[in-house]
Amino acid sequence: MERRDFIKLGGIGMGGLMLPMSGIAISAEQLLDKPMDVAYKKKLADIALNAAKAKGATYADARIGRYLNQFVRTNENRVDNIVNTESAGIGVRVIANGTWGFASTSNMTPDSVAKTAERAVAVAIANSKFQTTPVQLAPVKGVGEVSWQTPIKKNAMEIPIKDKVDLLLAVNAAAMENGANFINSTLFLVNEQKYFASTDGSYIDQDIHRLWAPFTATAIGEKGFKQRSGLGNPVGMGFEYLDGLEKDKIHVTGASVGYGNSYDILEDAKLAGQQLKAKLKAKSVEPGKYDLVLDPAHLMLTIHESVGHPLELDRVLGYEANYAGTSFATLDKWQSGKFQYGSDIVNLFADKTQDYSLGNVGYDDEGVKTKEWDLVKNGILVNYQATRDQVHMLGQKESHGCSYSQSWKDVQFQRMSNVSLKPNEKDLSADDVIKDVEKGIYIAGRGSFSIDQQRYNFQFGGQLFYEIKDGKIVDQIEDVAYQSNTQEFWNNCTQLAGKSDYRLGGSFFDGKGQPSQVSAVSHGCPTTRFNNINVINTARNV
Amino acid sequence: MTILSEQTAKTLLTKVLKYSKADSIECNLDGNIGGNIRYARNTVSTAGEESDVVLAVQSTFGKRTGTATINEFDDASLEKVVRRSEELAKLAPENEEFMPIFGKQEYEKSNTYFESTAKVTPEDRAQAAQNSIAPSKKDKLVAAGFLEETTRFSAIMNSAGLFAYNTSTNVDFSVTIRTEDGKGSGWVTRNYSDVKLLDTAKASNIAIHKAKSSVDVKEMEPGKYTVILEPAASNTLIGNMMRSFAQRSADEGRSFLSYKAKEGEDATTAPKNKLGMKMFDERVHIYSDPQHPIAPSAPFGGDGYPRKRMDWVKDGVIANMPNTPYWAKKTGMPYIPQNGTFIMAGGNESLEDMIKNTRRGVLVTRLWYIRALDPQTLLYTGLTRDGTFYIENGKIKYPIKNFRFNESPIVMLNNIEALGESVRIEGDMVPPMKIRDFTFSSLSDAV
Repeated sequence: MERRDFIKLGGIGMGGLMLPMSGIAISAEQLLDKPMDVAYKKKLADIALNAAKAKGATYADARIGRYLNQFVRTNENRVDNIVNTESAGIGVRVIANGTWGFASTSNMTPDSVAKTAERAVAVAIANSKFQTTPVQLAPVKGVGEVSWQTPIKKNAMEIPIKDKVDLLLAVNAAAMENGANFINSTLFLVNEQKYFASTDGSYIDQDIHRLWAPFTATAIGEKGFKQRSGLGNPVGMGFEYLDGLEKDKIHVTGASVGYGNSYDILEDAKLAGQQLKAKLKAKSVEPGKYDLVLDPAHLMLTIHESVGHPLELDRVLGYEANYAGTSFATLDKWQSGKFQYGSDIVNLFADKTQDYSLGNVGYDDEGVKTKEWDLVKNGILVNYQATRDQVHMLGQKESHGCSYSQSWKDVQFQRMSNVSLKPNEKDLSADDVIKDVEKGIYIAGRGSFSIDQQRYNFQFGGQLFYEIKDGKIVDQIEDVAYQSNTQEFWNNCTQLAGKSDYRLGGSFFDGKGQPSQVSAVSHGCPTTRFNNINVINTARNV
Repeated sequence: MTILSEQTAKTLLTKVLKYSKADSIECNLDGNIGGNIRYARNTVSTAGEESDVVLAVQSTFGKRTGTATINEFDDASLEKVVRRSEELAKLAPENEEFMPIFGKQEYEKSNTYFESTAKVTPEDRAQAAQNSIAPSKKDKLVAAGFLEETTRFSAIMNSAGLFAYNTSTNVDFSVTIRTEDGKGSGWVTRNYSDVKLLDTAKASNIAIHKAKSSVDVKEMEPGKYTVILEPAASNTLIGNMMRSFAQRSADEGRSFLSYKAKEGEDATTAPKNKLGMKMFDERVHIYSDPQHPIAPSAPFGGDGYPRKRMDWVKDGVIANMPNTPYWAKKTGMPYIPQNGTFIMAGGNESLEDMIKNTRRGVLVTRLWYIRALDPQTLLYTGLTRDGTFYIENGKIKYPIKNFRFNESPIVMLNNIEALGESVRIEGDMVPPMKIRDFTFSSLSDAV
């Protein structure tokens, strides 16, 4: 489930702020306070692990976290809100009587940490009364004391607030000077300082950075209004993502500009204003079958919903049945070794090591070193995404490293890895993919998206739609959404652009679990063609 | 420390106000304690308890406001959070839409707190899980569910003399029960302030019945159908519409409540929004009422302004739109605060009567993954889930494959055939609805 709508913004001040960012508000300067000393974190973690073992735990892990967020939101020519938050504490997870137990606290005195570990053991023992099958963990060799950091060039927390406000107000002005009547723009910054220790002998210190700069512009016309959101992506990068370098721009003849490893947000805002004027005048799509050419900033979300989620093993097994749902990609289909998920040019892989991606970490939240593995190879379903306690159900001996928790206070569980589509070995451009399309639509940007609870039937919209006739983009059109079935859609994949066109998109607030937790994940892909897809018209008279 | 009494909260906030050097200060003190249990594959998967108290301090100098929060309550921490909010206020840009804080207010009595809910134990939660799991196992079904209960308090005090205090309780329960072969699925949800109203065994039986009744689905052609939406299905669409109710976006021309001047009409004098205009069937009456006995809400909002009974739609006519103090002043309207919950008045027909009176139609348990397609027509898409049935000549004939729908609540509320008795869903009160010409656009294989 995609959770962009999780962000419900009201008036000014914390009272109006409902963000998936927990913690107490602090000053911008405090975001730069030094993290807790690693030696002290190790001491606290050992207290937790020893206390758990003393009470009978056969396995324990402790996560000491300091989670920092900064959020700047503007509307037109005014600043709506600037909030900095910090949340710090420890979460202890144990296995006792073959059952998981978990407890957390923000009170990090040695005594409190020990008691929290004991509480986790007590929860495990209480829940073991209902347990029918003991937890079985895939082995992980302890890695000793190690560290990992997101490869950032400019720490976004160090950029003065004034520079951020000035940038957003300039973005708003650029859109409004070019046709928008209203605009809101936002900067979300995340820094997770996480320390993981386990009874396997791992002590892992990680410093993780993420950034997102979305905007939505609105133009009012004679018959109504239109909206256009930014084409930038949330990324696992520092403020350098907003450098907007020419080398990172992808130009598609007759359409908008796409952005790779850096984002020219001012240019995108200017184009948004101009394209809004065109949207107000654009003709409404004629429903029917079209060949679709999907830009990476759009296709990433289709991958997220139709590949990333159905191949999460906990969904396949039924652990999410009461909330997000289960999956059509059942174990028997995988076991057959013949399930044709997509056409033979479709190669989908999971990878938590891709630079600039949101899911890029050195180790997951149960101390497993991250890696890359295949999910769909030459169109055939070959694997899922699993954690240490699940992977034995696939007959595999090594966890995929998919464990994540949104904070120290929530228990870690299986979350989506970065899931990406391999580009064509021939380095085709987006124009090359378009040139053979007789009747088609090129779609850029993420719009409305909806998929059923087993991930069969979906309907996706976009931000920008261009009619393709005889291999060329001719006109901007409106009111487009496509409906398809996951397997049918991916089997209709007929062409991919190459590695020069490959870009990462992402979801900053992907929701799952009860109580719900958010996570951030990227999806890479090139511009891709899907033949003969059902397009509907979303205009309606009311 | 988690749930403070009114007197303790007042004493603490009075102390905080004394540290203030700002032109004005407003403090929000909120605390909660609660627990949850989650189960799947007929066994408990996770269980936990959470508690927290947070003090938010908002200081203002002129038109500059800063907010800081803290969850430590010794004197030094309290003074620190006030100083921090003042520092942030001095750094903040001037807010052109700044409005002063409210003075002393009078509030209606609150009935949002139930001791029964505050006293739920881990054993009670485990029993709720067992109430789903045991009968499911017996019938060779698989249960996955979640129960969470919360007790909260909220206190507000400011330097203009306002003080407000409220306590509330809430319990949420939902369970999905599926057949072992995955061909049938039933679901039920319950939400109350008073846990005494929650019967998890009875609710689980509904999900069990739907799971068993929904196997061997038949396929129907997508198209326009008369539908009976159970309250959980109605609520998702009506709730989305109610969250879009706002005067400012309507006045600015970017809402389904915006008014576009007709040809020949003077746009400069024409109304900006649809206040007072008929938009729906005349049976539509949607309002908020903090005093509602089943779905009560706090008698004040986050800014301390009183919340009272307020009509949003009456006799199908737009009766009021929420605004902000700034927008109210700018447009010469009274300040009408949002109310987090709504009540849609129902009719007299029971769900059974509605089915009995239907010649050909579709019964929908719930709607899922609803997303907006067009904010000006409120066209939404989504899917039916966990129990969709074909009705013929007054009887449920057989289960059918799930549909994707593309429909607007504006159209729905003009196509009402019948309304049933309103029940509480996610804090709101919503009736089951019989709607004609509801648009299903494609089929889904999902169960």
